[in-house]
Amino acid sequence: MWKAFRERPTFYIYALFLLGFLYIPLIALSVVSFQGGPTFFHWYEKAFSDPQLIHALNNSVLIGIGSTTIATTLGTMAALALRKMNFKGMAFVDSILNLPLVLPEIVMGLSMLVWFAFVNITLGLVSVTLAHATFCSPYVILMISARLQGIDPLLEEAAADLGATPWTTFWRILFPLILPAVVSSALLAFTLSFDDFLITFFTGGVDSDTLPVRIYSMMRFGIKPEMNAISAAVLFFTLATVLVISRLKQDDSN
Amino acid sequence: MSSEATGKPSRNFPFLILPTLVWYVLFLVIPLSFIFVFSFLHKGDFGRIEYVFDISNYSRVFEYLYFKMVMRSVFLAFFTTATCFVLAFPLAYVMARSPKSLKNALLGLVIVPFWTNFVIRVYALKLVIGDSGIINKTLMGLGIIAEPIAMTHNLVGVGIGMIYNYLPFMILPLYVTLEKFDFTLLDAAYDLGANRFHTLIKILLPLSLSGVVTGCIFVFIPAFGEFVIPDLLGGSQSMYVGNLITEAFLKNHDWPFGSALSSILVLMSMIAFLFTSSGAMLRGQKAGGH
Repeated sequence: MWKAFRERPTFYIYALFLLGFLYIPLIALSVVSFQGGPTFFHWYEKAFSDPQLIHALNNSVLIGIGSTTIATTLGTMAALALRKMNFKGMAFVDSILNLPLVLPEIVMGLSMLVWFAFVNITLGLVSVTLAHATFCSPYVILMISARLQGIDPLLEEAAADLGATPWTTFWRILFPLILPAVVSSALLAFTLSFDDFLITFFTGGVDSDTLPVRIYSMMRFGIKPEMNAISAAVLFFTLATVLVISRLKQDDSN
Repeated sequence: MSSEATGKPSRNFPFLILPTLVWYVLFLVIPLSFIFVFSFLHKGDFGRIEYVFDISNYSRVFEYLYFKMVMRSVFLAFFTTATCFVLAFPLAYVMARSPKSLKNALLGLVIVPFWTNFVIRVYALKLVIGDSGIINKTLMGLGIIAEPIAMTHNLVGVGIGMIYNYLPFMILPLYVTLEKFDFTLLDAAYDLGANRFHTLIKILLPLSLSGVVTGCIFVFIPAFGEFVIPDLLGGSQSMYVGNLITEAFLKNHDWPFGSALSSILVLMSMIAFLFTSSGAMLRGQKAGGH
């Protein structure tokens, strides 16, 4: 490490500054969230007993679970289908599947808002869950496709030669092999859903505020210590998820 | 659900694509088509939509008031993209050239802000640069300044907020490309007498072009439609295209105008992405030619 630093000291000092710029606010938030109360966790206790914040947290978790379930199911199925698919319309199918990655989020949110209004779906938990499942699934497809590419097709052929039905081969051979990717893509989908602001903001109703939306509207009316605590809590949650995902990936590649 | 029906020895599950396709058509393709169709319709009284062809939603974009906002957004997106690029490139470079353990550590450090909720990041930033934020409190405590330096509720706040938010989106694609870069090429250039500047301009940048373009698009497109950062860190007068679209839909119930603006945004990003994929292909061909 010292050798690397001595080779390019200016670059590493610069890197330190830039990372400092990215991290100082996050560290400040974490520190401030424990300060100024009679006890260490005072603002956390206050935040987690605020009915509105609890309600928002509840919504975030419900929407997260719902959309993760849908996105992981759809995405896994699509990745399996895409694996050996090769036909003329493939490019077209591919471009539809990648649409959420290309579209500006604001447009995706608004177009769904217009559509939900048109078909009379009440804006609320359901509409947000549907919207989240839509933008999360391409990430699932990408992650599971990447994993499928690394699987030796001979394994399945061997199973078939030994008399296994495609159904058995799938559950006994293929599925265990992609399971780590399914788990990490589900975690990823949950994080994406939990973190989303724009699409929730547009497709949500009066009673379906998620945490980010709640924090946004509170922030417009000034800063309260409970907000530090709840924001820091979300930050810690994200940190934990990132750690788990990277650990899963490491285990996977070993 | 038996796939024996396919009768082939290789396990193909083509029908499994159907649910996802149906889902995407229902929740993406149809809604987008709606926006596109609405953008050519006429806005009646009380936000009702009249089914009459009307191109004026697009021409209104060029009215002085709106055009000013569009240009302001273009400028902000350019500024954000350029600054992020200049700031991110040296970091991505040093990350790519670090030994493996250090590389992974740096990558981890970049990924955490990338995944952190952006409302929370903006909030955290406000704790630092706000009027009663850490910087102002410290400087006032030290007696260096008497009045807080205004870094929020103005353009400075918007600028810092945009850079802070979009920086990770630039670092990661640059890093991914530079990571695959063969750095011995740089030594070769030095040996042949090229100076640092020439090596950067003639070797490093052209050969990492796909990452540069991807990073710039990752920043430019969302930055162009951004409205939350100006809303939270900018002054009351900082209206951008994102605010305009949002207000057209949520406040003024002028769906046709909002749809026209959205369609323009979609068109821009489609062009940008065509540009990247063709750029990436060009690079792929180059790499294959060696």
